[in-house]
Amino acid sequence: MLSYLRRSLVISAIFIVLLGLAYPLLGTGLAQLAFSHQANGSIGPDGSTLIGQQWKGPEWFQGRPSATIDAAGKPSPYDAMASGAANLGPRSRLLEKEVARQAARLRREGITPTNELVTSSASGLDPDISPRSAYAQVSAVARARRLPVAEVRRLVASHIHPAQLGFLGAPYVNVLDLNMALAALK
Amino acid sequence: MDYFLTILVLVALLALAWRYLGSYMAAVYDGRVSWLGWLERPVYRLLGVDPEAEQSWQRYAGSLIVFSGVAIVVTYGILRLQGVLPFDPEHLGAVSPALSWNTAVSFVTNTNWQNYAGGSTMSYLSQMSALAVQQFVSASVGIAVAIALVRGFSRKGSATIGNFWVDLVRGVFYILLPIAFLSGIFFVGQGAVQTLAGPAVIHDHLTGFTQTIPRGPVAFMEAIKQLGTNGGGFFNANGAHPFENPTGLTNLFSVALLLCIPVGLTYTFGKMVGNIRQGVAVLMAMTIIFGVWLGFTSYAESQPNPAVAAAHVVSQKGGNLEGKEARFGALPSALYGVASTQTSTGSADSAYDSYTPMGGFGLMTGMMLGEVSPGGVGSGLYTILLFALITVFIGGLMIGRTPEYLGKKIQAREVKLAALGVLVMPLVVLVITGIAVSIHAGRAGPLNAGPHGFSEILYAFTSQANNNGSAFAGLSGNTPFYNVMGGIAMLLGRFAIIVPVLALAGTLAAKNVVPAGLGTFRTDTALFTGLLIGVIVVVGGLTFFPAVSLGPIVEQLSHGRLF
Repeated sequence: MLSYLRRSLVISAIFIVLLGLAYPLLGTGLAQLAFSHQANGSIGPDGSTLIGQQWKGPEWFQGRPSATIDAAGKPSPYDAMASGAANLGPRSRLLEKEVARQAARLRREGITPTNELVTSSASGLDPDISPRSAYAQVSAVARARRLPVAEVRRLVASHIHPAQLGFLGAPYVNVLDLNMALAALK
Repeated sequence: MDYFLTILVLVALLALAWRYLGSYMAAVYDGRVSWLGWLERPVYRLLGVDPEAEQSWQRYAGSLIVFSGVAIVVTYGILRLQGVLPFDPEHLGAVSPALSWNTAVSFVTNTNWQNYAGGSTMSYLSQMSALAVQQFVSASVGIAVAIALVRGFSRKGSATIGNFWVDLVRGVFYILLPIAFLSGIFFVGQGAVQTLAGPAVIHDHLTGFTQTIPRGPVAFMEAIKQLGTNGGGFFNANGAHPFENPTGLTNLFSVALLLCIPVGLTYTFGKMVGNIRQGVAVLMAMTIIFGVWLGFTSYAESQPNPAVAAAHVVSQKGGNLEGKEARFGALPSALYGVASTQTSTGSADSAYDSYTPMGGFGLMTGMMLGEVSPGGVGSGLYTILLFALITVFIGGLMIGRTPEYLGKKIQAREVKLAALGVLVMPLVVLVITGIAVSIHAGRAGPLNAGPHGFSEILYAFTSQANNNGSAFAGLSGNTPFYNVMGGIAMLLGRFAIIVPVLALAGTLAAKNVVPAGLGTFRTDTALFTGLLIGVIVVVGGLTFFPAVSLGPIVEQLSHGRLF
């Protein structure tokens, strides 16, 4: 019994040093050397392409609704410190109301709602939308910026990432990349 | 079409893992691999363990229990002290006692149920040196128990079943550590973060939007979280967070990682008992159950979400996208969900709470079958072998003969131990769920109203008693009631099964082998696979049908109603 206890303590200490310090620290060193951009969060001058932002106003392409809440429990969309989903069930009255509210907001901005633009993502930080949801916003964005619709449409088309290796996941448009290109148009 | 291709690639990867990882693992536990001897030998010296000396099942179980107890205390200690320990760039301070207890038990039992929000509760040190360490260790313990049981079958007249300390160390060094390290590099390359630099504050010049982005040593924890069928992620959003699971490729890779050891172990089993076909029969049972559940759940998630449909604002192209990420889409998310719930991993790349009623049914019932298809690392194999014993027992009753499995006579003691191991989980789930819905502290948990609220409670205890760790995450679990009861469910679900399994290993190892005769019921055939599936589904179905009827089934049937 005592020998079990002594061995348990010794092996726990060994594992903490090897698996709890050497493994992640060696990994961090290697990651920083080989992939420093990714390892630090894929962060550019205007944010991370992996972490979605809240885009306000018709002159920007919008991302998906985000259900993140701040420490006080208040809605705080795209709060990266509090990733998470809405967790509303498939027969939730609250979910129905929220979807209707998002659709009404989009319509007010002249955007025909699409599936992703009215449903919230799992992380609350989804940086992407589907090509369909990007195209749905083209005319509204073009109108707000007084740009030719065809030009904005071309911009969207050039920002579609196909599914990885042609079949993994879904094709998507990164909203930050698209908006940065949009800002550079003028 | 793309989805079929995704599954085809997954099957190909798993076929390789089955054959090569499987035979490698057999070599590791037979002591035929020694390329890390330079690391291994000093460890045995420090421990005072003779790697050649073996243990009886009682000593094996005793070592395992004491070690796991110490692991709980050490993990608890680190969480309580994180405020004064290094690597705490966000100055998060100590974790509360009830939450530290729940979390320590959760990671030591390979459950990884998380009543805390990852990024904003745990310091980098706690994530690396308390939680991720247990992700390695608990996985290795699970595999060790499975190997001990397999030795019970493969040996004759033996008083010992192996050495716990050696199995523990070899599992970590030779299997988990090398695969996790390579996978960690891959995750970083795809975009997962790995840094000690603390959060980044960004300011978007286009809109003036300011955001604080938490970071940390994520990628290498992600690797062992998946590989060890643990599931506890660095961030609250788990595998949906772009820093944990950045691309479609990492999504598929994550699924392959969590399936590779449980699948490979069926080859290890066949090899160690001297007949690969025995392992194939078990693997086929796992695969068929998995395939049926995958098809069912994928179809359910390709359908509209009823609450979204009730708003009458969009046609739901692409299926149920509430709580799913755009880069994955509904179907690959369902694949991840089924793989994660049926391997006792419990990680999530989408919000399981928002799955369609039948999608959620698929995830929940996948766990209720006992985590055998293919189940957690080690635990999947030893649990399905318990079901195999019950299957040969029922087969024996039908033909009026003493049942045998792999040449061992299965007698009263073995059947009792197997039945005990199989019945612990449903008992824990149903009794604790019953308590939870009877008292105020339990009913205060759910976020959603109506049958879905009940589903949240049922799912929580199903998940914890099966050491899965996934959740219908609307449930507010960080309360004294859920922290304490969850801890009990996780402990019983782990050790009240492991001890009977090791006892079984001991009695089987001591038995002699009876040569197969004309009347022997062969267990390496499709007939046996079919019977085994029948037993698993009937036991799970009969036990849980009433409970599930009150949750997802009534939810599916209440057409046109919202709650």
